[in-house]
Amino acid sequence: MTKEVKTEKRRPEFKQLAKTPTGIAGLDELTGGGIPAGRPTLICGEAGCGKTLFGIEFIVKGATDYHEAGVLVAFEEKAEELATNVSSLGFDLDKLQKDKLLKIDYVHIDRSEIEETGEYDLDGLFIRIGHAIDSIGAKRIVLDTIENLFAGLSNQAILRAELRRLFQWLKTKGVTAMITGEKGEGPGLTRQGLEEYVSDCVILLDHRVTDQISTRRLRVIKYRGSMHGTNEYPFMIDEDGISVLPVTALKLNKEASAERVSSGMPSLDKMLGGKGFYKGSSILVSGTAGTGKTSFASCFAAETCRKGDRCLYFAFEESPNQIIRNMTSIDMNLQKYVDKGLLKFHASRPSLYGLEQHLVAMHKMIRQFKPTVVVFDPITNLITVGSVRDVKSMLTRLIDFLLDAQITVMFTALSLNTIVNEQTDEGVSSLVDTWIMVRDIEFNGERNRGLYIMKSRGMSHSNQVREFVITDKGIDLVDVYLGPQGVLTGSAREAQKLQELTNQVLHKNALTMKDRELDRKRQVLESKIANLKSEFETTEDELNKVYTEEELIKKVTEENRLELLKRRRGE
Amino acid sequence: MNELMETNHAKYELRLYVAGKTAKSATAFANLKRYCEEHLKGQYVIEVIDLLVKPQLAEGDQIFAIPTLVRKVPEPIRKIIGDLSNEEKVLVGLDIRPVIKN
Repeated sequence: MTKEVKTEKRRPEFKQLAKTPTGIAGLDELTGGGIPAGRPTLICGEAGCGKTLFGIEFIVKGATDYHEAGVLVAFEEKAEELATNVSSLGFDLDKLQKDKLLKIDYVHIDRSEIEETGEYDLDGLFIRIGHAIDSIGAKRIVLDTIENLFAGLSNQAILRAELRRLFQWLKTKGVTAMITGEKGEGPGLTRQGLEEYVSDCVILLDHRVTDQISTRRLRVIKYRGSMHGTNEYPFMIDEDGISVLPVTALKLNKEASAERVSSGMPSLDKMLGGKGFYKGSSILVSGTAGTGKTSFASCFAAETCRKGDRCLYFAFEESPNQIIRNMTSIDMNLQKYVDKGLLKFHASRPSLYGLEQHLVAMHKMIRQFKPTVVVFDPITNLITVGSVRDVKSMLTRLIDFLLDAQITVMFTALSLNTIVNEQTDEGVSSLVDTWIMVRDIEFNGERNRGLYIMKSRGMSHSNQVREFVITDKGIDLVDVYLGPQGVLTGSAREAQKLQELTNQVLHKNALTMKDRELDRKRQVLESKIANLKSEFETTEDELNKVYTEEELIKKVTEENRLELLKRRRGE
Repeated sequence: MNELMETNHAKYELRLYVAGKTAKSATAFANLKRYCEEHLKGQYVIEVIDLLVKPQLAEGDQIFAIPTLVRKVPEPIRKIIGDLSNEEKVLVGLDIRPVIKN
């Protein structure tokens, strides 16, 4: 059994290049494990794009995360300056140096105090580096920026030959090297064409400003002998160092959960096949201004927290306190969930940084907070920092990531006017699993909210319009009234209800009147019957009288006849 | 390999950094000695440091090229890299006024 496992395992490793993990968040995923072990990697880019930081993080993470000592050969900044510069990122270079995990060698080259005459080589540098590596048993080295040699020395021919020798020598030393190079005016990646010498792995950093918003990007230009992501990936430098985001999932092989989560509104759950949303699905709530999108989203967030799950709420319009205050007006207490640590708000202005940067920031927060539900309110504001296409691509990647992590996500989107084409809510509607639209229904001199389920993948859902009512008791869905004039909402619906009530009363009234008439008729009839009865009795009496008389006459006559007979016989 | 040429009045303290006994190092040392004897007779000290033996010394004087001549005294520190084959450049670099040969 174990044997089989081993052979199976060995095969994919057959031609795999040994890699050194950089420890830079995201970069190792991107390169399939890190940069080539024991070989030099070139990090190039313009001034201020984060090359030095890249190098320092490589060394520091190597020391702290992988227990590999590293040497930092600085050609630009002194050791103390470097230490100060990165202390804000929580990198304690002094401590690492004391622990023998780091050695910083500052190579100072000042052309003004150097004279060149005749042949020379860079053995001095080799010896210094070699000594630094050997003194702490380093596995990693960063040369930042070796191009300074070119500024300090005039004999280019010697320099180039020596650089070639240096990189070869570093390979034989078995250290993984990271060399930084600055982009110059020319067509090359670096001012001195360092890419010529470092051919194993080249990473280009970029810092672009579009519409006054800067975004840092990274691209692996070359990685000999390894697969790597070829796209431009955004990265961010913040208080924790660098995070790169390998954003687009290459495959659509996400797990699909059959578990359902309640929307927080039983009446809405009923519309969604009686159970609510799928866990790990994406929900879009779109609507015009003031249709209650935030209330809707808050309701979902509150429901999540009520069940004891975590919810991360990205607010792009309102501050957390504003939302919490506003929601208390509809009897929703979000503060208690915030206090419990179940609900976390993250409010930022969309224009704070570029889309990509937003994405990286969100990514990072989500990874840290590990929520089961994420709310974005609203995504429309992101449009201000990017084109529709950019926003869509960003959201695609975001949804990809969230679905991968089985996080249910709710977006709200503002439709600018009611005539807007319903198919293009930031183009996101095709990406989401459930699309709920809240629309103003203007009728009878008032505005009311109508809620539709535009789509909901994989579940039977109601095709009915519901009225979305927000009261100081909370939010709820009410059946709309379908009258002869169409859908009635709001006070029209109430009016219709009253009308119905009146009709009922009238109807009842009408019924009683009819009952009474019937009674009367019955009485008349009954009296008539009594009359007839007495009439009949009279007639009967009369008839009986004749009959009795006849009987009497008969009787008397018979008596008389018998009397007469008696007398004749003379008894 | 640590050669010291001492005199009583060391006006010039020179250090020559080398890495092993290479041709370049030998040339540099020979050249240096020749210039000193010629122009600074009796007022110089030459210290030859082999970095292969003492690599830790490279950092202190900011050595990266071999061979490197460092003028420690008088201040300021001056550096000349290469095999010192150009006499004029070395003298200018060390700020030595050449003895005028008649």
